[in-house]
Amino acid sequence: MSNSHDTYFIPEPSRWPIVGTLSLFTTFIGGSMFLNGYSSGPYVLALGILAVCYMFFGWFADVIKESMGGNYNKQVDISFRWGMSWFIFSEVMFFAAFFGALFYIRVFSVPWLGGEGAGFVTHMFLWPDFDAVWPLLTTPDMSLANVESSYIAIKDVIPAFDVPLVNTILLLSSGVTITLAHHALKKDHRAPLCWWLAATVLLGFVFVYFQIGEYAHAYHELDLTMKSGVYGSTFFMLTGFHGFHVTMGATMILVILFRSMKGHFSSKDHFAFEGVAWYWHFVDVVWLGLYVFVYWI
Amino acid sequence: MNDAAVHDDHHDHDHKPTGIGRWLFSTNHKDIGTMYLVFSLFMFFVGGAMALVIRAELFQPGMQFVDPQFFNSMTTVHALVMIFGALMPAGVGLANWMIPIMIGAPDMAMPRMNNMSFWILPFAFTLLLSTFFMPGGAPAGGWTMYPPLVLQLGDGFPFLIFAVHFLGISSIMGAINIIATVFNMRAPGMTFMRLPLFVWTWIITAFLLIASMPVLAGAVTMLLTDKFFGTAFFDAAGGGDPLLFQHVFWFFGHPEVYILVLPSFGIISQIIPTFARKPLFGYASMVYATASIAFLSFFVWAHHMFAVGMPLTGELFFMYATMAIAVPTGVKIFNWTATMWKGSMTFETPMLFSIGVLFMFSIGGFSGLMMGITPVDFQYHDTYFIVAHFHYVIVPGIIYGVIAGVYYWLPKWTGVMYDEKLGKLHFWLSTISVNVLFFPMHFIGLAGMPRRIPDYSTQFADWNAIISIGGFVFGLSQLILVWVVIKCARGDGEKATDQVWESAHGLEFTLPSPPPFHSFTTPPVVTDATAHS
Repeated sequence: MSNSHDTYFIPEPSRWPIVGTLSLFTTFIGGSMFLNGYSSGPYVLALGILAVCYMFFGWFADVIKESMGGNYNKQVDISFRWGMSWFIFSEVMFFAAFFGALFYIRVFSVPWLGGEGAGFVTHMFLWPDFDAVWPLLTTPDMSLANVESSYIAIKDVIPAFDVPLVNTILLLSSGVTITLAHHALKKDHRAPLCWWLAATVLLGFVFVYFQIGEYAHAYHELDLTMKSGVYGSTFFMLTGFHGFHVTMGATMILVILFRSMKGHFSSKDHFAFEGVAWYWHFVDVVWLGLYVFVYWI
Repeated sequence: MNDAAVHDDHHDHDHKPTGIGRWLFSTNHKDIGTMYLVFSLFMFFVGGAMALVIRAELFQPGMQFVDPQFFNSMTTVHALVMIFGALMPAGVGLANWMIPIMIGAPDMAMPRMNNMSFWILPFAFTLLLSTFFMPGGAPAGGWTMYPPLVLQLGDGFPFLIFAVHFLGISSIMGAINIIATVFNMRAPGMTFMRLPLFVWTWIITAFLLIASMPVLAGAVTMLLTDKFFGTAFFDAAGGGDPLLFQHVFWFFGHPEVYILVLPSFGIISQIIPTFARKPLFGYASMVYATASIAFLSFFVWAHHMFAVGMPLTGELFFMYATMAIAVPTGVKIFNWTATMWKGSMTFETPMLFSIGVLFMFSIGGFSGLMMGITPVDFQYHDTYFIVAHFHYVIVPGIIYGVIAGVYYWLPKWTGVMYDEKLGKLHFWLSTISVNVLFFPMHFIGLAGMPRRIPDYSTQFADWNAIISIGGFVFGLSQLILVWVVIKCARGDGEKATDQVWESAHGLEFTLPSPPPFHSFTTPPVVTDATAHS
């Protein structure tokens, strides 16, 4: 708390926050227009997303300039640490909502639909032939002969000890490589730093590549889609948001790699590296939860 | 060194940016705090106007002014505007203005992010309020957005969902900023147990925000995919459950209640000691009680859902957990009362509003306790009794706290004393009318009048007419506040001293009124004598 109180750093007025607000605003309007079926929607959405990228680029460029200019003291560094840790905690809670939904569905709603506990009346009158099993390949409305289901029956689910296991190994290895990069940075060994970072980026993007392949397989051969009832819903919501976070994390590490190649960071002062590494480990831990509860058991 | 500068000693010359850029690009906690508070006041009147549409329609039985769909939009959007547009920004605005000053910091820890947290708000509400002009109209399924009803909304649906996402981004950034500021920017000697209670309540509120807003984002994301991408989270025919949404929503929704009320508790914990001329009774127990309330708030969510048909174990667990919250809340009520015991009290406007919180929040607290009892709630559920309950908590419990804080600190912000006569008039008109407005709702609720209904049985006619009169008087009385604020902002009034109040303590009263553009450029050293009152 009371370190380095000699000077305070206050940034000058900045245009990036309002640029960020306007670009997010454009993105949301574009997204809404797209979902409502307006033909101009995708263009507005793309414009918004590009503007968001421009904002990130400009804002972080300012921060990097200030950092390289030596404006940041110990206190600013600690503020960044608090900020990043609680940002990651908010992300944890975002995933907690979807994990909560998965557990509620597996522990309560599917068994109740199958007639367990107080659900026996519902089961008897609405879906007497519905069988509550997990993975849920056939939804309750598919068990009725005279009703056309609004969902698609799943042929099979993705086995845990296949591509998902390879992906687990990839992500866990990337956790090791980024730690090796950190050790290299702390010893000021610049070449290994860049190589280990490059390896981490590669492992991250290979993970995403395999994940895309898995989705293609699920959609084309297994009929496992977002429209496949609640199994498909939870599967794609959890793995989809995770995959998006891996992409973001790998992109962040790529930026750190470019900065390392330009000679940024010192062995003592490199919070940008550490913050991104924390984020990467968070993405890793979420995957472990996913692997166990979505694919395995 | 580039365009960003290191400030070390600028006590004398405030080099303020000028023009519209001062507000659009601001990195100053006071300017951003002012924008938050002005926005909040504006939205208070927008939401208030919607409430008056509701009360005009309900003045008599039968359909008078609006059609039922629009009436439902009014109840829904009134709640969203008041919660996300008026109450939360008011709390964050006060936090922005006061926390850096109270802990002896130059500004918030991350001033640029602070700017973005504010500027998101007007744009998020543009998204939300634009739905009134779309095919299918504005959201009308209740602010809780329960499926499957909310999924029937027309073109406004994605705008509603994205507005909630946008507001969530703003709240999370604001909360992170407050945590970083308090944990990292305190002046030397400002230890945690010397923090003013307003700062304490805000740290705890910030943790609640970070833990609950992302869950709301998750819940509405599932609504979005159910509507547009064919997922089955809330559809039993696909293996999901509409009740799942209610669980996830109230896991956010109950902490949200404390997000709104804790800053108000903090404000009156600053004000009551000042006007009782005694230190706050039981400072440490206040901190622990606030933390306990926040912790317990994560284990009571399903008391909003007693009537949906949960297993008995669930009903019992959530009933007992709800009862448990009454204990730390009781500690706080006791401590405020004990602070006033044998004090040399005076009753300036901030004190009057604080005592209003104490009395009328307790009424709302007790009716809440009644509904926390599961079998009793079966009777009260979805009637005007619940409307009376949460409006007692929100209007005289939270809004009064915010208003008390505005009167208390307005002389500090503007350097001008507010008009005490107008303040007292504002208090008495509000307090009489707010009780005429909300107290009879208990009676008609117990007699069985359902909420969110534009027409009603004639037996409820008399009380509804009285309630509507109370509503209009309360709404119009708030214009006095606007007039008081405008007078102070224009410098029309006595010059305020730095101390402002005879017995005020805390770092904010060591600065001039109004404070310089950058609050503390050299950190003050805090001792016991200069710490919280």
